[in-house]
Amino acid sequence: MATQNRSFRTPRANVTGLGAAHHGTEHFWRQRLTALANLLLIVPFLWILAAAYGRDYASAVAIVSHPFSAVVLLLLVVSVAIHMRIGMTVVIEDYLPNRAQRVVAVIANTFFCAAVGLVGVFAIVKLSVGRLLL
Amino acid sequence: MAEVQAKSPARRLEDIRPLSPHLQIYKWTWTMAMSVFHRMTGLALYAGTVLIVGWLLALAAGPGPYECARWLMTSIIGKLVLVAYTWALFHHLLGGIRHFIWDTGAGFERDARMALAKFTLVGSIVLTIAFWVIVALAR
Repeated sequence: MATQNRSFRTPRANVTGLGAAHHGTEHFWRQRLTALANLLLIVPFLWILAAAYGRDYASAVAIVSHPFSAVVLLLLVVSVAIHMRIGMTVVIEDYLPNRAQRVVAVIANTFFCAAVGLVGVFAIVKLSVGRLLL
Repeated sequence: MAEVQAKSPARRLEDIRPLSPHLQIYKWTWTMAMSVFHRMTGLALYAGTVLIVGWLLALAAGPGPYECARWLMTSIIGKLVLVAYTWALFHHLLGGIRHFIWDTGAGFERDARMALAKFTLVGSIVLTIAFWVIVALAR
């Protein structure tokens, strides 16, 4: 393998800009990166969910607004928003044969995931930082 | 008539191109089923994430909206949705680990493939039951 590769171009440079959308392996790589982030964050997330599930308002606020929970939830909501955007984009590209519908659906998906991510960040910041300011 | 349609700009080449054979053509196998499950649970988690963010937003909005969200989450339908959500989460998580193993170039042999596929289903069910048993016992 090493003897065959006599080019000075790196393997990375050979794929950058390729693919149908000229983004090379960017989608693939970002999906794996956010998958790893989600994998690491899911254990503390489930802990928070289990602790807060069914609790009264004051207890639930105390659990979610704890600095550890707030940071875990902030990281997770951003990582998940990126991950779900890429995943749904792939599904749309696979199953919508009509080009116009596909473009509209991909744009709508991007807007929706951005909104879900931002609403999540807003809610967590309001619950944690917001409590300190009041 | 067909010729006219093909030439008109409204019908692009890619719109009239035949699709590849679809799911119903193939005999179902474990690996195929778990691949489909991975995509389906991914779609379910898309909706599940919206519900989780909705729960956080209700909590941030105040005691009134939170009580409404809590009532929904602790109702029978809410519990069923949450159990389904955690199962989808565990299945997609194990499916993702399977993809990470494949990314290293390992796990493609027949036995390894089958074992990984079965592990994602059995593992996700075991983890879902374990999670809710722990939640119930911790109350």
